[in-house]
Amino acid sequence: MLSRTAADLYWLSRYFERAENTVRMLDVAWNLSLIRFAVNPLDEITAPLMISGSWEQYQQRYGNISVQNVMYFFTLDEDNPGSIFHCLRQARTCAHAVRGKITSEMWESVNSTWLELKEIRQLGLSQYGETAFFDWVKNRSHLFRGATYGTIMRSDTFRFLRLGTFIERADNTARILDVKHQIGNPDTGTAVDFYRWHAVLRSVGAYEAYREMYSEAINADRVAELLILRPEIPRSLMSCMRVLCELLPAIKGDAGLTSKRLAAVQMARLQYGSTQHIIELGLHEYLTDFLRRINELADTIRLEYLEVA
Amino acid sequence: MRSLALPSASGFDEMIGPEQAVRPHYQGYHDWLLHQDRQQLQRKQKEAELQFHRVGITFNVYGEDSGTERLIPFDTLPRVIPGDEWRLLEKGAIQRVKALNLFLHDIYHDHTIIRDGRIPADQIFGNAQYQPCMQDVTLPNQVYSQISGVDLIRDGEGTWYVLEDNLRTPSGVSYMIENRRMMMRLFPELFASQTVAPVEHYPSLLLGTLQQSSPVSAPTVVLLTPGQVNSAYFEHAFLAQQMGIELVEGADLFVKNGFVYMRTTAGPQKVDVIYRRIDDDYLDPLAFRPDSMLGVPGLLSVYREGNVILANALGTGVGDDKSIYPYVPDMIRYYLDEEPILANVPTWQCRRPNELNHVLANLPDLVVKEVHGAGGYGMLVGPAACKSQIEHFRQRLKANPDNYIAQPTLSLSTCPIFVNEGIAPRHIDLRPFVLTGHDTRLVPGGLTRVAMTEGSLVVNSSQGGGTKDTWVLEESLC
Repeated sequence: MLSRTAADLYWLSRYFERAENTVRMLDVAWNLSLIRFAVNPLDEITAPLMISGSWEQYQQRYGNISVQNVMYFFTLDEDNPGSIFHCLRQARTCAHAVRGKITSEMWESVNSTWLELKEIRQLGLSQYGETAFFDWVKNRSHLFRGATYGTIMRSDTFRFLRLGTFIERADNTARILDVKHQIGNPDTGTAVDFYRWHAVLRSVGAYEAYREMYSEAINADRVAELLILRPEIPRSLMSCMRVLCELLPAIKGDAGLTSKRLAAVQMARLQYGSTQHIIELGLHEYLTDFLRRINELADTIRLEYLEVA
Repeated sequence: MRSLALPSASGFDEMIGPEQAVRPHYQGYHDWLLHQDRQQLQRKQKEAELQFHRVGITFNVYGEDSGTERLIPFDTLPRVIPGDEWRLLEKGAIQRVKALNLFLHDIYHDHTIIRDGRIPADQIFGNAQYQPCMQDVTLPNQVYSQISGVDLIRDGEGTWYVLEDNLRTPSGVSYMIENRRMMMRLFPELFASQTVAPVEHYPSLLLGTLQQSSPVSAPTVVLLTPGQVNSAYFEHAFLAQQMGIELVEGADLFVKNGFVYMRTTAGPQKVDVIYRRIDDDYLDPLAFRPDSMLGVPGLLSVYREGNVILANALGTGVGDDKSIYPYVPDMIRYYLDEEPILANVPTWQCRRPNELNHVLANLPDLVVKEVHGAGGYGMLVGPAACKSQIEHFRQRLKANPDNYIAQPTLSLSTCPIFVNEGIAPRHIDLRPFVLTGHDTRLVPGGLTRVAMTEGSLVVNSSQGGGTKDTWVLEESLC
């Protein structure tokens, strides 16, 4: 497959996945900001800025923190490269570039998402409704994924689309899990902690799974285990790496030796890892190391497949 | 459905003949139409627009937001051509393209047509489209224009004429195919009752043509597009997909050790045939415009070595230039020893003193065109011009007569379209697409363009022109 085509497919699904994960994160922050704790409720709304690493950019542009500003920054602000608006516009541009390679159902789902988003932007977020908007983005993402899964031929086209999805998802899950460290609240065993871990689980859609798998109260170690090591959770690091390790060797040709090696090494670290090991190392340190590795893998994929010199 | 606006008595209408009689080849459609409900037809028209939007059969408007692409208006009343008439057009178009290919080979090799005095040397060597770098470059099968568009019109008498030839990158074939798909979706019963010749195999004929253009067996063919912002991007993506070939941009290709390669996820892959939808000037920044970001550095050297095929070849523009157009009938006689089947529109070359005198004496009745002009610029339409414009043009003609040709003002034939009030005639033309590989062939039909405004003769899509499905009826139903 043409490298540029592969890159467009990869970024198409990466941007769509990023949009979905961003609203998952916002949804939780929004809800938490509505619950009044003794601590400063603005802490909750800064979490998305910390997780996405856009704190400085936000400060330069908006100055003080307010719920409305943060919401706008992440949803409809076209100058924020991490906003939903920007992600979905990029996804649409990528899809347009490869419209001959994707099915008409996929193209239509991306294109109509973009057209609807422009209408929502004219209406304004609060007019449309924050929660309604979060649900809309998730639904559009589900629709695109469903259209992809249900219609595309299982070829390298499918593989590069999936590669983008799971690289992005692995990165996002690790960042969301690191949120406690980011907002600087050590575990205190209080109700606040419960709500925060609860929020993390909900943001990756794993709250019910936690309840089903563990009988104990929500706590940091179990949440980490679930979202890092458990293959049953579709957004866990383990699930992401497992898919990446299947995809890379299946891509036609002999390219991508380093990518395959890096993915396999990381897979082994998860497969033969343990909760105990993560606790000993420290969750933040473990996740920092993971993020470094997943970004190295993404860079290598770019050099070996997407931007071949 | 009876509110039919009748065509004007002076012109030629495709459906309604003299004394308001329906022409025999339209009888089947006309009978069907009489039994249709107007609202039902309007719903179908709406459905077509919705579907075109949904699928994204649009053209980009330069400088606008990526979300705002425009639809080319589509009319659901087909343009019908009887089979026997089509066969004549087909023969004529094939004959014309054969002669033009022989002409291009000749002017880039032995120049016999010049030495025999049929065309003045300066008309060719002084032509801006002439590519000196093509001299003595030998192409497989000696084919220069693999894909040609021959624009046909009919005058008020119903006589067919070739208005111009398109030998560079003729576009519009995707609309021909999509229009047919749309008609079959909207009116399946019409196709069940009439024997409309199919056109949907065009992409496979095109792929065959491109493969035949290469001496390599099982060649790798790609379509080179200027990119998403190009107004015809939809067509590029559509054709690449239909042929199952890669849609590449200049940056996807590179030259190494005398061959062209594309960058793929499995490493470099050799490219044998490039169906390029980029103009000559932008193909290779090392050879032509150095500021071109669309081309491939070094492409020309590989091409001249014969290690890659371009479709169409470099330098075909000299064959479809307005200054060469008047010589095409003579080319047919010269190279093929045949009489032209399709006539040219009578053309006066202002470079010839006696023809210039005729033009100057009859300016209010004529259309005067710049020989290298395109898109309606630098043109005088005599009957539509005021006195001062005509006088202004007269001075320009006298100052630089070589730069102009003149033609009579032809009224294009009309074909009915659906309008709010019912049905009304509009002017149309026809562009069949002629493919040349081992032999020259075309699918029955082509793209019919319609001037959507009453009385207008402008069928160009950038000026609000629309399209129709074109039916060649395999047998007359009369």
